[in-house]
This record gives sequence, C-alpha cells and structure tokens, in this order.
Amino acid sequence: MIAFVIKRLLQTAALLLVVSVLVFLGCEILPGDVAQVSLGQYATPDNVQALRIELGLDRPAYERYFDWLFGILQGDWGRSITTKTPVARMLSERLSNTALLAAVTTVVAVPLALILGLLMAVGAGRAWDRVASVVTLGLSATPEFLIATLGVLLFAVQLRWLPAVAYLSPGSDLAQTARALFLPAATLSIVVMAQIARMTRAIIGNLLTQPFIEMATLKGVPPRRVVGVHALINAVGPLANVVALNIAYLVSGVLVVETIFAYPGLARLMVDSVQARDLPVVQACAIIFCATYVLLIFLADVLAHIYDPRSNLEAADRKG
Amino acid sequence: MSTVAASRPEINVTLWISTTLLILCGFVAFFGPWILPQDPTDFVTDQPFAKAQAGVWLGSDYLGRDILSRLMNGARITLAMAFAATFLAHLIGDSLGLLAAIKGGWVDAFISRVADVILSLPKIIVGLVVVAALGPSVPVIVILAAVVYAAGVFRIARALGNDIVAMDFIKVAKSRGEGTGWVLFGEILPHVVRPLAADFAIRMSFAMLFMSSLSFLGLGVQPPLADWGGLVRENLGGLSAGSLAAVYPALAIAVTSIALNLLVDALGEQKVDQKGTR
Amino acid sequence: MTHPVLSIRNLVVEPRYGGSPIVNGVSLSVDRGEVLALIGASGSGKTTLALTALGHLRPGLSIKQGSVSLDGTELLKAEPRTLRSLRGRIVAYIAQSAAAAFNPRMRLDHQVSESSRVHRTRSHQEALQVAHRLYRELDLPNPEHIGNRFPHQVSGGQLQRFMIAMGLQESPLLLVCDEPTSALDVTTQVEVLRALKQGIQDNQTAALFVSHDLAVVAQVATKIAVLRSGNLVEFGSTQQILEAPREPYTRELVQARKEFTVQRSGRPVPVTTIAPLLKVENITAGYGSVINGRPAITTLQKVDLSIRKGEVTGVIGESGSGKSTLARVIAGLHPAAQGRILFSGETLAPSVEQRSLADRRRIQLVFQMADTALNQKHTVSRIIGRVLKFFHNMPADARAARITELLQMVQLPPHYATRRPTELSGGEKQRVNLARALAANPEVLICDEITSALDNIVAKSIIELVETLRDQLGLAVIFISHDLATVASLAKDVTVLRNGCIVESGSTEAVLSNPQNPYTKLLVSSVPELRPGWLEDAVAARDELQQSLNSGEQAYDASQPRRLEQAR
Repeated sequence: MIAFVIKRLLQTAALLLVVSVLVFLGCEILPGDVAQVSLGQYATPDNVQALRIELGLDRPAYERYFDWLFGILQGDWGRSITTKTPVARMLSERLSNTALLAAVTTVVAVPLALILGLLMAVGAGRAWDRVASVVTLGLSATPEFLIATLGVLLFAVQLRWLPAVAYLSPGSDLAQTARALFLPAATLSIVVMAQIARMTRAIIGNLLTQPFIEMATLKGVPPRRVVGVHALINAVGPLANVVALNIAYLVSGVLVVETIFAYPGLARLMVDSVQARDLPVVQACAIIFCATYVLLIFLADVLAHIYDPRSNLEAADRKG
Repeated sequence: MSTVAASRPEINVTLWISTTLLILCGFVAFFGPWILPQDPTDFVTDQPFAKAQAGVWLGSDYLGRDILSRLMNGARITLAMAFAATFLAHLIGDSLGLLAAIKGGWVDAFISRVADVILSLPKIIVGLVVVAALGPSVPVIVILAAVVYAAGVFRIARALGNDIVAMDFIKVAKSRGEGTGWVLFGEILPHVVRPLAADFAIRMSFAMLFMSSLSFLGLGVQPPLADWGGLVRENLGGLSAGSLAAVYPALAIAVTSIALNLLVDALGEQKVDQKGTR
Repeated sequence: MTHPVLSIRNLVVEPRYGGSPIVNGVSLSVDRGEVLALIGASGSGKTTLALTALGHLRPGLSIKQGSVSLDGTELLKAEPRTLRSLRGRIVAYIAQSAAAAFNPRMRLDHQVSESSRVHRTRSHQEALQVAHRLYRELDLPNPEHIGNRFPHQVSGGQLQRFMIAMGLQESPLLLVCDEPTSALDVTTQVEVLRALKQGIQDNQTAALFVSHDLAVVAQVATKIAVLRSGNLVEFGSTQQILEAPREPYTRELVQARKEFTVQRSGRPVPVTTIAPLLKVENITAGYGSVINGRPAITTLQKVDLSIRKGEVTGVIGESGSGKSTLARVIAGLHPAAQGRILFSGETLAPSVEQRSLADRRRIQLVFQMADTALNQKHTVSRIIGRVLKFFHNMPADARAARITELLQMVQLPPHYATRRPTELSGGEKQRVNLARALAANPEVLICDEITSALDNIVAKSIIELVETLRDQLGLAVIFISHDLATVASLAKDVTVLRNGCIVESGSTEAVLSNPQNPYTKLLVSSVPELRPGWLEDAVAARDELQQSLNSGEQAYDASQPRRLEQAR
C-alpha cells in the first residue's frame, strides 16, 4: 500500500512538471510577448527590444522556463504587466477569497449531499426517491449560471436581501462576508450537492444489493445497523473518492460563479488576466488551479485504493 | 433460473417529456432561419430590455433586439457546436478505446497515459489557456472540447471493450485466428453500441455546458455570432433591472442538457461514471 | 405433543409482475433433530422455498397463499420485529457462497458473534467464547485467534466452516443450509460436510438442507423432498427415496446419480497400438517473466500427454491444478515457456497467431460457460456460419444446409438456427457450442469443463453426445474436468493434475480402481457415493491419506512429478 502511495506521488510530481511545461508553452504561443503588450501598440521596435533584453525575453525558451519554475518554487511569481505589482501579492488575497468560497461550499454541500444520497438509497424505488433522483439528475445537468442568475433575480432584485455583486475586502466583517458569500456559495453548493447525492445513492444502492447485506438481514440484524454498519464501512472509501473528485470539480465551478457575482477571487483574476493578456498572472493562476486539481485527484485515487476491495481480493487469490 | 423483474415497470413520464423537448430543440435548430419571428439583428424596440409584447414574445435584449429570435438562432450554433465536438470526441475516443481493449500491451499503456494526463487537468482552465493562446473562434473551441472529452470517451470505450474482451467468445474468435477487424466490428461492436450511444447523448450535454461556459466568460463564440452562453453574457446587465433577458438563454441550455440526461436515464442506460462530475 | 420445528402448508410463491409460480403448492414439515433435504435442479424453487423458512423473499416475489410456521409462529404474516428476533436465533441460514455472504471489511469473530450481540442473548465475552468453541468443534486451526482475521485471509473451506459456526452461534432450532458445499472442491467438501453433520448432531438442531446432489444429501439427511419446477414431486425417508423411488422423475434422478460413480471394475484394458495424433511434450507454462525457462508464476510443469484418434483422454484436476492452462496451451491461446506440442508428428507453433489455418482448424476448444462462449448478439446460424465461412469458405446456401446438418448432429432441431443464445437453455447452449466446434471439421476436440455448470441429467445427455460424436466422427477428445465421475464415465485414459504437475496417469480403469498415488486416492475417495455411510468411510480414509500425503510431501520434489505406468 505504501508502495502504491509513493508510486502515485511520483507520478503526480511528474504530472505537475508536465503541467507546468504545458502552461508555460501555452502562454508562449500567445500572440505578442510580454514586452510588446507592456509597452503598448505605439512603442517603437527599439524600445520593445530593449525591454525584452531587460526582462530576459531574448533567452531561449527552456532557460526562461526553468527560471520561471524555480522562481515559482521560491516564491517569486513575477510581475503583473497591467498593475506592475508582484503577482504573488495579487494572488494572496484573491487566493484566500476563493479558498474561502470553496471551503464554505464544501462544508455545506458535502454533509447534506451524503445524507440525502443515503436516504435516497435506503428508500430506493419509493415515490420520494424517484422524485429526488430526477431532481438531482436535473440539477447536476444545469449550468451554474442559470442557478446564479435566478438566485440574483430572486434574492437581489425581488427580495433585496442580498447584493447582486459580492463586495468583499480584507476589512469586511463577518456579516458582510456572509452576505457576499451567500449567493456564490449557494449556487456552487446546489450543483455539487446534486452530483454527490447521485453518486452516493449509486454507491450505497449498489452495496445494498450485495449478498452479505442479505446475510446480515437473515441473521436478524436490524435495518439501522445493516445500513449504518455493514453498508457504510464498505462505502467510506468510494464516498471519500467521490467527495475528493467533486472538490476538484469546484476548481472549474468557481470560474463562472466568481464572474457572475463579481466575486474577488482567483478565478475572476484569471479570466480578467486572460482578456488583458497579462501573461505572468495567467501563468500563475493556471499553475495554482492545475496543481490543486491534480493534488485532489491524487488524494481521491489514494483514498479509493485504500478501500479498493480488489486489492484485498488479490491477496485472497494468492491465498487460494 | 430466469430473472424476475424487481421493480414495477413505470409509465415513463420522463421519457416522453425529454423526447418531446429534444425533438423541439432539434426542430428549432434545423428550421430556425425560416421560422424566426424577427430578424435577430434588427432593433425592434426603442428601449433595451423591454418587456414581452406582441411580436417580441420574450422581450428585447440589451440593444433592443428580439430575444426569442436570437435565442432560436443561437440554438443552431449551440447545438451544432455541441454535436460536432461530441462527434469528434467519440470518433477519436471510441476507436482508440476499443483498439486499446483488443490490442492491450503497450498500445493500451501508451494511449492510456496520454488520456490520463488530459483527464487530470481541469477542463475549463485548459480552455482558458488555449483560447487565450489561439484566440476564440468556433473551430478552436470545438476542437478543444473534442480533445478534452475524447479522453473521457476513451476511458469508457476501453472499459466497455475490456469487459467484452474478457468473455470466452472473443477467445474463441482469436483461436480461429480472426483479425482485429472482425473482432472489433463483428464481435464487440454490437455489445457496445447502446452504452456508447448513451454516452454520446450525455457527453453532448457536457460539451454544451462547457462551451457555453466559455462563451459566458467572453472566451467562446464572439459577436456578431451568439450562442446561448454568449447571449447570457450580453444580457447580464439587465438582471439588476429585473429583466429576464439573461435567464432565457440559460434556461434553454439547462432544459436541453436536462432533457438529454433524462432521456438516457429513462432508457435505463444511465451509467453514473466514476467521477459523477462533468 | 410437540409441534414440528418447521411446518409449510400449501405454499405458493409467484413473481410479483406475472409469470408461473416459483413454488407451487408445497407442503412439508421438519421435526426436532430431523434433517430434511430439498433436492432439485436449478429453477426448481428450492432456494426460494428454503428462504421462506426465515420469512424472507427475494425482491420481485410475493406470496400468493399458504403458511410457513416456525416453532409455532406464523412467519408470513409476522411483524418485522418478530421476524428479526427469530432470525439468527431460532432459525439460521448458511449460504452457498461464504465468500459472498461475509462482509469483506469486518473481522470474522465480529460477524460470527453478531447474532448474540444483536439479540442480546450473551455478553460480548461469552459470545466470543461460544464462537471459539464452535471453531474448535469444526476443526478450524488456531481457534483462539483465527477469528481475528478478515474473510479474504482464510481459505474457501475454512470460510465455509466459519459460516457454519455463524449459523450455530445461537444454537438455533432450525438450520437452513443452502447448497453449503456446492462451491467447494470435492476434497474440501468432505471436510465441510463432516463438520456440518457433526455440528447438527452435537447441537440437536433440525435442518433444511438444499442441494442438487443426491449423494451429498444421502449422507446427512433423514428425509428427502424432491422438487421440480416448484412442485413437490415426492417426499419420503432417505432410505425409501434412494432404494424405492416411486415417481418417474425421482427414479431418473436416482439412476443418473448412481451412474455417476467413480468405482471401476478394474478389468484390464487392451493395449492401444496406434500412434498418438497429438502429443504434448514437457510443457511448462505460466505467467510473468520467464527466468531459466520457468515463468514467475508457474501453472504447468513438465506436463506430457498423448491423445489418440477416436479416444477420449481425461484430465482431472481440482482448482489451481493448471488444467485450464493446459487446454489453452494446446489451443495456442497461451504460449508455453518450454516444451512443444506435436500434431501428427509436426511441431505446432506455440501461439495461435503463428499457426497455419489448417492447424487452427484441426484443434477446437469448447468452453465451460456457454453463456460467455457464445456471443449473445449473434444468432445460432451466424455463430456456426462464421466458422464455416472462415475455415471452409463455404457459400451461403451450402452454409445453411451444413448448419442444419450440424444442429442435427448435436440433436437440436433445425429451426434453432434463427435463435439467439439468450433464448436457449444451458444444455442447448452447450450443444451449440459443440456444433460450432464441429463446424470446423476438427480432428481434436478439447472440452474444458463443459458439463460443470449443468445439472446431472442434462450433463449426462451432453456426455452421451460427446461419445456419439467420438464414435461417428473418429474425433480425438481431451476431456478436462474436476468431476471424476464424469471423466470416469467417458475417458479411456486419464491424467491427474495437481498444482501444475502430473500426479498419475494411465488407463481410467486402472487409475481409478487402484490408484497408486496418495493424492489420487484422496480424490477418488472424496467423490460422494449414493450409499449412506460413505461420508464416514471417506473421512476415515481421508485422514489416513492426508497423513501419508503430508509425510510423503517431503519425498516429493515438485519439479519431478511422479508418474506411474499402469500394470496391465
């Protein structure tokens, strides 16, 4: 098992390296380099060239790549073209906002979804399970911006309980933060909840059809214990896997949500930077998102493997 | 021992609703240009975000153009792009996946590694970077979506293929000395057509959501062309005034996506894939 | 007067949404200390009937009428709480597959003693003590500590005994055993049967014993009930059913089982002088990287075999013996690491891709599970027709005629050509399997456990078919099976495999009537005989053999299998 974790860890590290190369290359092929964009359309070719040499852009790509990579590892994330400030400083505040949004969503959505999925699985086939199944299916297929726009219409325009745009600054107190967070977090939570609930229902529903569950019933084990002990100890692994994967999904989800609500997070920063062609910022954001995603997938894999009955079965086969 | 049906066969309400909706969408997409109530680029009202009125059944957008017409026009673009991307994704993913299942060995290992790398990246971030680099145009976005989803299709086709390849009748065929062609088309394909078709439908909904999200972020289809995602983006400003102009296209996307998912679910083919996410 | 432990009256169980009844008006009863066996083929409704003794119905079934009374309590109308209190305590269930019935993530002690905890009859400590006592009685090694393991950490036979312990934990009045030994090797089956019989006798439990094997049932049951398609065909004491069956179906069953015997007369067999058609020489095969000619995981070691035209050669082995690998090596699906295969004196290429069309045609492999050996999406005529087209380039009309011929050869009516495998029964599918092999006009037919998934009666007909084909077509047949009785009835020569090595080989008469090797002796004595008292003899012989086998192991070098030439 340790061997597996180490192997996957090494694979993940290699993957992150590949990702960094891809991100770097991706930004390399952007039309117009940093120097050109920085000085604008009316700069003379000489000035642009001078800036290029000053920024070290005349060196070959792989040299610049390693510079960039080591810079990142040491905390130097470059300088933004548009704001001229160090990227690291811009990132830190935005990053914490996005992390806050993700954290709130996770804390709210995950427990509720698990419970909902469990109830659906236990009540499989009954009317309310069928309704809930259709509803969760529908919600997981709905774009976040529909839920978001409806949310804004309802809470901001009609009821005027919440702001349509999320004002959040370092000095905001709890109440302000809560008001700013509510709609974005709710939007994300709804989609994530639908997805996790569906998977939970599938996993637990599948477990409940296993022969050892019938055997427990035939021993006179009460239903609460059958589900709560027999089924759940087998479900923990796959469920942990699903939760980790859904948290990874949040990486994409935040992009739309932050844009609609003008939430001052990392995703919105990235979108703005892409439009402004602010390469260093785009690179930095991309690396953070990709790395987070990769690490979460890695976590999900490890959790799934610890609980994978197949690894137990292999051991059983060898025993004969 | 014959199996006994464990659940009551339902009157499939969801099946009928979803099929109707999808036929409606397809109809609109196909015949769109001939049945538009207004020209989608005409300014039909003086005020932007006007309320619903005769001839302008859903009101007007941020420039005073008829939303319904723009919506119907957008249907074409959205659905065509989604279909094209999914078609390409399946073309690549199915052939490579089934091939990997039949051949095994290093062919399988190599393609699987590539697919793993693609799958381990968050799609929309990849989309942002690629679009930033190559510029937002319809071909770029369609090919981007195709490549990104081809990896998922590959995994599914490979898993399905492996299930079938494990069966004895494949060994029987191989022991005769049958070639890859027969094994793929004669023996395996009949078993995988249905699940792959179901995946096609669902993946089309994913592709549609993905591409309209990109348009929504301003990185997808560019004006004057407008797909549904772009329509949402254009009309966001009207939300605070209480205009539903941004909601209609979002609703259109949702309805189509949900209908596709419900259809597949109702046909009993819904395989909740390992991630459960898009 | 004490009432019977279990009383079933006029029970009718049918599918919820239409279809013929699974249990059709069955009445029977079990008294204290009695063991009632439910005998029937698959689909006879015996499992469904047995489960009603616990008040349990599988999903999709419903009770139309009748009553099931357990120790005076009517089960079919009982409250869920009543049922729960009875299950595991008054009545206990022993499932067929222990591997499926145990929770893979809970320790065995925990699961075995769970009924005590759930019914609050004993303290945790006491419950464990009871469990450990049962382990000792059931002959499990290291009884104080083995329960600490997880299900996948013990062997199949041991796991089945844990199941029995779990059933006996609360000393129930009634033990429902659902094919408890069907999934085990014959040698393991003897141990478990003995343990089960002991457990039942020691605890004075009544038992309902479900099985398809009359011989197994004859060892433990006091009464037998014969079921067919949900109907009770006959009911009587074991002695009466076995010696004087009244109903024709019962007689057929008893007769079929009697014939499935391993006992041989030991008459000398004439020497064969014809040269072998297929010769397997010194084959070593397995999985993983090959070092010094031996694969990392070796499933076959230095195996030799000779197959002659017009004869059936049997290969016997339990699970893990390498017999299926042998079939695949000969067919070219699994290249050997060492050794060669000669066909009519010419060496065959090790892998099927390298063999000529003629070589591929001449050797045909027939698989065990006809479900997976036939492509469900193809019609019978496509399945067989493809072979005709591939090997003989037959045009369409000639194919149709030949398919009819082949179907007749395997005793299937011609209109079956348009059917799909899902519309065929197990025996019919196996016949199509054979027809497909025959379509190639092979000279060698390798039958890999082709009757193992079939009932006795159906299996018998398939074997007769193979014999007919051997005689009519002069085929050389390699018949691989774990079932000695089947091989004994069919094969002229037999080879016994164990852990990839040949243990003994020679003419069937000689090997089975007078086995030389202790393992062969063990195998032969483990095959259930229809006479009561066989079990006790088998256990005694087995203990004796086990000892000599274990002590002899040191004398055996695994790389040099002993092989004895038969005296004539």
